[in-house]
Amino acid sequence: MASFDVIFIGGGPAGYVGAIRAAQLGLNVAVVEREGLGGTCVIWGCIPAKALLEAAYIAEKLKKAPEFGVTPGEVKLDFGVAMKRSRAVSTQNSKGVEFLFKKNKITWIKGTAKLTGKNSVSVKTADGKEEKHDAKKAVVISTGSRVKGLPQIGLEINKKTVITSDDALILEKAPKSIVIVGCGAVGCEFADVFSAFGSQVTLVEVMPNILPLEDVDCSKEVERAFKKRKMDVLTSAKISNVKVGKDSVSMTIEAGGEKKEVKADVVLVAAGRAPNIEDIGLKEQGVQLTDRGFIKINERMETSVKGLYAIGDVAGPPMLAHKGEREGVVVAEVIAGQHPHFFDYTNVPGATYCHPEVASVGLTEQQCKDKKLDYKVGRFNFSANGRARTSGETEGFVKIIRGAKYGEILGAHIVGSHATELIHELIVARTNEYTVEEVDLAIHAHPTLSEAIAEASLDSLDKMIHA
Amino acid sequence: MATKVFMEALSPTMEEGRLVKWLKNEGDAVKSGEALAEVETDKAIMELVARGDGILRKRLINEGDTAPVGTLAGVIAAADENIDALVAGAGAPAAGAQAPAQVVAKTQESAGASSVPRGPDESQGEASTPPQEKVADVPPPARGLAPAAPTGAAPAAPGDVRSSPLARRLASERGLDLASVQGSGPNGRIIKRDIEAAAAAGAVARPAAAAAPSGPVIPREGDFHDEPLSQIRKTIAKRLGESIGPIPTFYLTAEYDLTRVMEMRKAMAELGDQFKVSVNDVLLKATAVALSQHPEVNAHWLGDKIRYHNRVHLGMAVATDEGLIVPVIWDADRKRMSDISREAKELAKRARERKLRPEEFTGSTFSVSNLGMFGIDQFTAIINPPEAAILAIGTSEEKLVVVNGEPVVRNRVRVTMSCDHRIIDGAVGAKFLQTLRRLIENPLMLVY
Repeated sequence: MASFDVIFIGGGPAGYVGAIRAAQLGLNVAVVEREGLGGTCVIWGCIPAKALLEAAYIAEKLKKAPEFGVTPGEVKLDFGVAMKRSRAVSTQNSKGVEFLFKKNKITWIKGTAKLTGKNSVSVKTADGKEEKHDAKKAVVISTGSRVKGLPQIGLEINKKTVITSDDALILEKAPKSIVIVGCGAVGCEFADVFSAFGSQVTLVEVMPNILPLEDVDCSKEVERAFKKRKMDVLTSAKISNVKVGKDSVSMTIEAGGEKKEVKADVVLVAAGRAPNIEDIGLKEQGVQLTDRGFIKINERMETSVKGLYAIGDVAGPPMLAHKGEREGVVVAEVIAGQHPHFFDYTNVPGATYCHPEVASVGLTEQQCKDKKLDYKVGRFNFSANGRARTSGETEGFVKIIRGAKYGEILGAHIVGSHATELIHELIVARTNEYTVEEVDLAIHAHPTLSEAIAEASLDSLDKMIHA
Repeated sequence: MATKVFMEALSPTMEEGRLVKWLKNEGDAVKSGEALAEVETDKAIMELVARGDGILRKRLINEGDTAPVGTLAGVIAAADENIDALVAGAGAPAAGAQAPAQVVAKTQESAGASSVPRGPDESQGEASTPPQEKVADVPPPARGLAPAAPTGAAPAAPGDVRSSPLARRLASERGLDLASVQGSGPNGRIIKRDIEAAAAAGAVARPAAAAAPSGPVIPREGDFHDEPLSQIRKTIAKRLGESIGPIPTFYLTAEYDLTRVMEMRKAMAELGDQFKVSVNDVLLKATAVALSQHPEVNAHWLGDKIRYHNRVHLGMAVATDEGLIVPVIWDADRKRMSDISREAKELAKRARERKLRPEEFTGSTFSVSNLGMFGIDQFTAIINPPEAAILAIGTSEEKLVVVNGEPVVRNRVRVTMSCDHRIIDGAVGAKFLQTLRRLIENPLMLVY
């Protein structure tokens, strides 16, 4: 039995960042985490996936190397090696969080926590012991989310032929053929990886476009790039007649007015995540949930029970690491009695790391239409950008949607090489309420990909230079 | 099913393209995604790519020829399909931008290095308007941003006020003084939501008036509000302007009884010399109060709109040796009669000495001219544009009038209002003079 100021249940990006900030503010902090510090992001998501995507990028780039006058010898692809490297990067990052905990004197309680009161938790440790801990100021629930299968259409996860992204990250070999169900960020990223490692990839999306949360223009651009890489992309698709065999899975997919039988070694279910709300004593404490099953919080990250907080995936979408991290900072400052800037959820960027990358902030053009906003679109294609030409990566564009009257950035969308890095200029601009004129006023170095952002701003003002 | 191949907008500004070279011959089998031809745009040489599988049955643009975006360039179809109807429609750009949906383009690095798919094409088809149309349907004046402070010269807000560029634009348009807005961003930075909150709370640009405004409740958000001309106002302006000159003026005359004004002046004078006011002072005050109740008269004609003022700045015509000048009593409706009296005297004196500062003879929202001291019974004054009207005050004198059937002697004054018919209709002017009558014949109403 130990006593802390704050206990975080869950050591993912929301919980560990909140813990560090709380410790920096002088609080005595503990984090209950059963697996490893860093959570899904570090162990089963962002970090290892990006390590694999880098491998995929190199594989694809090598195909073009001879055009650059660099002809490599025989190129061998070994997913197992890429996987091991990705695990090593993941472990390294998790150790990094452990180091930060030590530095900030944060206690890591290894085990599974359950609320026993709004200020106390019981933790079942790995060796089966049960400990009780008090939190004098607050308990913060940051238990995250998990992949859910699609048992309703016969795609029950079996970790062999029907797998989740967790399983995909530790495959020893790339499958010969793979069907990826769900074409959000996760689906598209794994499609990119497996395609580069030689798998025949079929992408299946129930919505009319892949990356359905992104601007349609971006979705179409990625779809075209994928098709060019010989991936099969089926949208507005319906799956039926699923037969899970020992070494393969077959199903009927209806898309574009056609029905076809598809058979693959592996099916990756990348559709949907469910919040981890079970077995933490929410009901007993009277914590209210939203209609969609997330924990309901206010702008102070407080649940319906005073003094009990929730952050990250478990507290609602968007289920993104950077959203959880910021919520962690806010909750720490609230608990420490500070007055943080509350979270503006309209400014959470989206980022998908397949090739070409997709990044965005704010509204899509369709959302602007639905809201009946008076807007103008500025767009600049990387095919007209000098730096993009030098690297031979001319896919994609920058699209900026500005308010017609004041020029505020309603939405910004980038698809192309390094899009997830480039977007930050526009995130800074939007978050600080710069208009496209301020964006253009900033001098963009030449030659850079960022020039495309300045040109798209100008285009929205009908003043594009390189048009 | 046949697939049409169109000349597509391969750059956002491309209106036509030159077909440099066909990469496929008629009769060649083509697959979706394969390059069909090289097209020179205003920027680069790009590839037209097939979106459908089949045989390239027909090439409709010759190598070296230039064709507008949307022109049918070729037809892909099955070997035995009849394409006569499709080919017959060639030569004219396809309506709208259905065209690009059929075709995808990709850049071709001019060095011939790699051919990488290019961005916009499918999506242009999706959006159903090519980018250049997307911007072209906006009339030129609407382009660029609202005429707020130019960004480059965005004035640093006075003092320590920190604000976002968007907040500055919003504030400038709404006439909000940033100094009066509480910021909620980092370190008190004023952001959009603060401006919206301030506007919703009715914050006003000017500092709060020391004296409570008199008269009925009048909207006070901002100093004025502009109203676009309605069709009827446009027609009235045009028709009447043609009839009488740039300002179609009409005149309304009324005679007011000054008995109670005289009684009031007498009672005040008996309290001491310092409380003496002139008939003119009372008339100015009454006019200002009446204007505050009739913003429809307290207005400016701005050509495409009418500006209704919420503040009353009263111009008073003063004859000088050089000629007429109209100094202004600011916020006359909210000033005490003693202030108006003192200010009117002071302004008239300095006008004659030619010592007025520019801000003292500009900015009036309505003007008054008084020739009573010259014994003029009544006259018509000429409107001081862009104001809506001017009030001409004649001499006040004893007259024989009939009251309750009996002839009695009463002090009377005649006023004539010249009205700009583009802004004020007869009845509107008459109602204003009615209010003025109630105030002048019952001067106690001025303290109500």
